[in-house]
Amino acid sequence: MMYSLRQINGGYGGKQVIHDVSFEVEKGQLFGILGPNGSGKSTVLKMLSGLIPVTSGEVYLKDQPVQNYNTKEIAKIVAVLPQHAEHSFSYTVKEIVSLGRYAHQSGWFQTWSEDDEEVVQQSMKQTGVQHFAHKNITELSGGERQRVFLAQSLAQEPEILLLDEPTNHLDLSYQKELLDMLKEWTEKKGLTVLSIFHDLNLAGLYCDQIVLLNDGKIVSNDKPNEVLQEARIIEVYETEVKKHGHPKVPAPQVVLIPEEKWQNEEIITPAILMVNEEYITLQSAQPLRVMSSGVVGSGIGWYQTFVNRHVDKSYNCDDFYEEMVDFLIEKGFEPSETVGMMTAVYTDDVIYGFYEMDLFSVLIVVTAGVGNAVDASMASKHKEVVTPGTINSWIFVNGHLSEEAFIQAMMTATEAKAKVLMDLEVRDKETGTVATGTSTDSILVAATQSGEKIDFAGTVTPLGKIIGKGIYECTQKAIHKSRKRKKETDDD
Amino acid sequence: MQKRFTQKYLNNRGVAYLCAFVFLCVAMMMGISIGTVSVLPLDIFNIIGAEILRLPISNDVNPMHSNIVMNIRLPRVVLAGFVGASLAIAGAAFQGLLRNPLADPYTLGVSSGASVGAVLTIFLGLSIPFVGTFTLPLFSITTAFLTIIVVLFFARQIDRGMRVETIILTGIIFSSFLGAFISLMIALTGDELRQIIGWLLGSVSMRGWDYVQIILPFFIIGSAMLIANSKELNAMSFGEERARHIGVNVQKRKMMVLIAGSILTGAAVAVSGTIGFVGLVIPHLTRLLWGPDHRHLLPLSMMTGAGFLILADLFARTIISPTELPIGVITALIGAPVFAIILIKRRAEGRG
Repeated sequence: MMYSLRQINGGYGGKQVIHDVSFEVEKGQLFGILGPNGSGKSTVLKMLSGLIPVTSGEVYLKDQPVQNYNTKEIAKIVAVLPQHAEHSFSYTVKEIVSLGRYAHQSGWFQTWSEDDEEVVQQSMKQTGVQHFAHKNITELSGGERQRVFLAQSLAQEPEILLLDEPTNHLDLSYQKELLDMLKEWTEKKGLTVLSIFHDLNLAGLYCDQIVLLNDGKIVSNDKPNEVLQEARIIEVYETEVKKHGHPKVPAPQVVLIPEEKWQNEEIITPAILMVNEEYITLQSAQPLRVMSSGVVGSGIGWYQTFVNRHVDKSYNCDDFYEEMVDFLIEKGFEPSETVGMMTAVYTDDVIYGFYEMDLFSVLIVVTAGVGNAVDASMASKHKEVVTPGTINSWIFVNGHLSEEAFIQAMMTATEAKAKVLMDLEVRDKETGTVATGTSTDSILVAATQSGEKIDFAGTVTPLGKIIGKGIYECTQKAIHKSRKRKKETDDD
Repeated sequence: MQKRFTQKYLNNRGVAYLCAFVFLCVAMMMGISIGTVSVLPLDIFNIIGAEILRLPISNDVNPMHSNIVMNIRLPRVVLAGFVGASLAIAGAAFQGLLRNPLADPYTLGVSSGASVGAVLTIFLGLSIPFVGTFTLPLFSITTAFLTIIVVLFFARQIDRGMRVETIILTGIIFSSFLGAFISLMIALTGDELRQIIGWLLGSVSMRGWDYVQIILPFFIIGSAMLIANSKELNAMSFGEERARHIGVNVQKRKMMVLIAGSILTGAAVAVSGTIGFVGLVIPHLTRLLWGPDHRHLLPLSMMTGAGFLILADLFARTIISPTELPIGVITALIGAPVFAIILIKRRAEGRG
């Protein structure tokens, strides 16, 4: 146990800021302290470094009461990285880093040993400041200065590093760099890092354990995912937030929800659907909430542009994603705001239907070809071959869908599509059974997220009914149309 | 690579000390040699060699010259040197401690505080038994120390962050107040008036070896204390909190620096009156030339401060000879503009 706080109380100038705070920090942890302004985070940190005495309770540093250590002894165990270090005179970087060795030198004639030099060089290397060792601190940028003081802290050869909002004045890239560095040191060298965070998401991303303070009391002391509960953050920070997962790593993220809700006035209608020889596109004035399996812009997100591009049957590209992005750029679309799909079907054969209800309306756009139809239940007999998608279904809802509704909408649409193939007796060429789809079908559900809140889209819900009907009708027509064209081209 | 760097570093340091030493020696030679009666440098060597080192040198030197050097010029130069060194090293330490390039015994009010002690001693004709001639410096040192404590206390009350300007402003307010207090005492005094006024203007003339003996022990104690704390001063120039985190016992070290600074200032004021701006200009120039590391800044400031005050005294007594200017006039003429320049530079940096 590196630190152990036992029911500490205290504050400044007679004003009690901290009430009965107890927690423990283990070796090698990256431990976060969170809390709104004035919750006592900095006070706790100052108590840990012995800067402010506690009025009652005990702070144990490595199983010893902190007051048993003198200043130098503490400095050999605990280093503190200041949020904003003062520098009144133009010391060189090396002079500053060398000061970190102070606690390790003793006697009146404190000599600079080879060991000291070694540690200083090592600290500068680890923080990447060795290149400007002989530069003046005044010549450096904020991020570089921060690293110099980090090097100074490392030169203390501490077992514990305390930080007060270390990323406060740093650019995004420096924030990541610093936290990655700290994380690595905790994992590889067993350094214990205790840090105040202002940014809940950074804390959620890097901490092993988090203490959440409010009004000088502990609200929660747990793993990040437990601490960063939506309801708790809303209560403690008194602001509207939404919690969701980080897109790349299993870490909780909390996002703010702005007070002013932008009203999405626009309604998605067939009028904004455009078709030319190369692609079908729909461009919305505002971003839509989308769940899709497109080539570009797949997954869940907010997108404004939707492109279904015709490619030749023989289209064979190893990196179809790159190729598609290049295509979008060439055509003047912004790939990060676009959902892109491919089809071998001719764009003229697109079928769409617009279904208006009292509370919401739905636009369905389908391109369908059944050249490589597959029976999903017998699919194990197929070899895995990637060919351009053949049934691409777009569902635009002018309404506010819940996440469940998005998923249910996809299920409903898929079932309706399978029913079309069954009714038209489209067969899987490999197995001879009735097909349920084709091998590379794509789907997209997009919603304006304004107006009526729609929680469900199962088959018998109002929205489900429309999607089921719409997909059935449009897919059926689309298959007829492409079959007709196939016949014509075959006849030629 | 590393070795070369270290060597270069050492060489630079060596050069710095050599420069400062040569400057001091040249200043001393000039101070001894120039005056209404000129003494040749070679004669000075001979006189010093014969009189102090008792070397068996054939004494073909003019006895009048010998008298001038040994009883008038040399004690004067040595005294000016000690006063300059004391004020410069005290200034350098105050600046480091307060992270404030504008701090010096004069701007902090410490000099005025020391003056009050000195004037009181003269005014009341105080003399502590057994201490004798050291009564004056002891009183000056005590009042100097009390002044800096009160100034810092007030500055903290006004502004917890203890910004540069706040400390200076408080120091100047106290200087004015204490100055008025001294004027009051002068107005009340009759016989001792001349002594007090002459002393107040700041001068190292006609003091003799007695005064050198008075300042010497305090100079040794004060500067030894400061040099022993040079690493701590380095740490504290990044803020007291930072210094503590690095492992410095801030309360103890700060007290030591304040006491040592007061000892040096008090003793200097006791022997020469209030001489302003030496503690401001010299550390600043030294830092510009050779960097802010207190391990070298303090001794280097000491040497350059000594040389500077010797030269200032030389100007003071030769520029409108035979009349002598008070030495404080010369240092203020140089120091005040430098003070203004530093202030403007700091403002510009603050905005940028």
